[in-house]
Amino acid sequence: MGIIRKVPHYAEKIPGGGIITTALETVLHQAQAKSLWYLLFGTACCAIELMCTGASRYDFDRLGMIYRATPRQSDLIIVAGTITKKMAPRLRRLYDQMAEPRYVIAMGGCTISGGPFYYDSYAVEKGIDHIIPVDIYIPGCPPRPESLLEGCIHLQEKIKKQKLSDWQEK
Amino acid sequence: MTEYLAVLVFIILGVGMVLVTFFLARLIRPHNPYPKKTVNYECAELPIGTSWIQFNNRFYIFALIFVVFDVEAVFLIPWAVAFGRLGLFALVEMVIFILILFYGLFYAWRKGVLKWV
Repeated sequence: MGIIRKVPHYAEKIPGGGIITTALETVLHQAQAKSLWYLLFGTACCAIELMCTGASRYDFDRLGMIYRATPRQSDLIIVAGTITKKMAPRLRRLYDQMAEPRYVIAMGGCTISGGPFYYDSYAVEKGIDHIIPVDIYIPGCPPRPESLLEGCIHLQEKIKKQKLSDWQEK
Repeated sequence: MTEYLAVLVFIILGVGMVLVTFFLARLIRPHNPYPKKTVNYECAELPIGTSWIQFNNRFYIFALIFVVFDVEAVFLIPWAVAFGRLGLFALVEMVIFILILFYGLFYAWRKGVLKWV
């Protein structure tokens, strides 16, 4: 565990030491929120909207989001598309391989609940929260790039509200 | 000798920045390895064997030929961008250039390099 996460424990012993903690939290989480690198994980039509968001018209880069092709370099996985039962263990493996702390955005109806496959498919996972913990759900079939951008801004807000002591070693 | 002092300073700065970054990252990052996380990344499949495999050295000669055409592409792109202004002269020159490179390929072909032995 990073030594910096033990700072609140020692800082609270000093009178007025809380200011060290809050200053550190602000700087660290601001930096973290503005440099989310996401793992490319497009399995269905939502991936087209994800690509469109990454291209020049919507310019994902302005939020500090850059796509990565390996989970080792990513903090965020945007699950864009239907997850079948066969894909589910792979998604879990990718999530496990990502660098911590890691975040998940469930993009589109399929990842939230199975979407249009909810009633009549035996092969589709009815929501990725059965497999990995999800931070932000973005509804839509598929969601427009604006929705994805808004979802990412919400995630950034969530990251900025974190506490240094939140992150627990498993 | 004093000109090389700048080089030394640059080397020290360059190495120093990398070391400082690594040190900072060590302070900040959570350290939590577990077997499922440390498994080799193989596009989400379970890896078979180790990732320390040796590539057949027969690929070497193909890589060598590839480099020729790699360099060709580097020259082709600026030529293609400025094609409108350069006109016929540049076209003829580029054709000659490509023909020379192709001659190299034919030579390698003739020598049996393209055959997978």
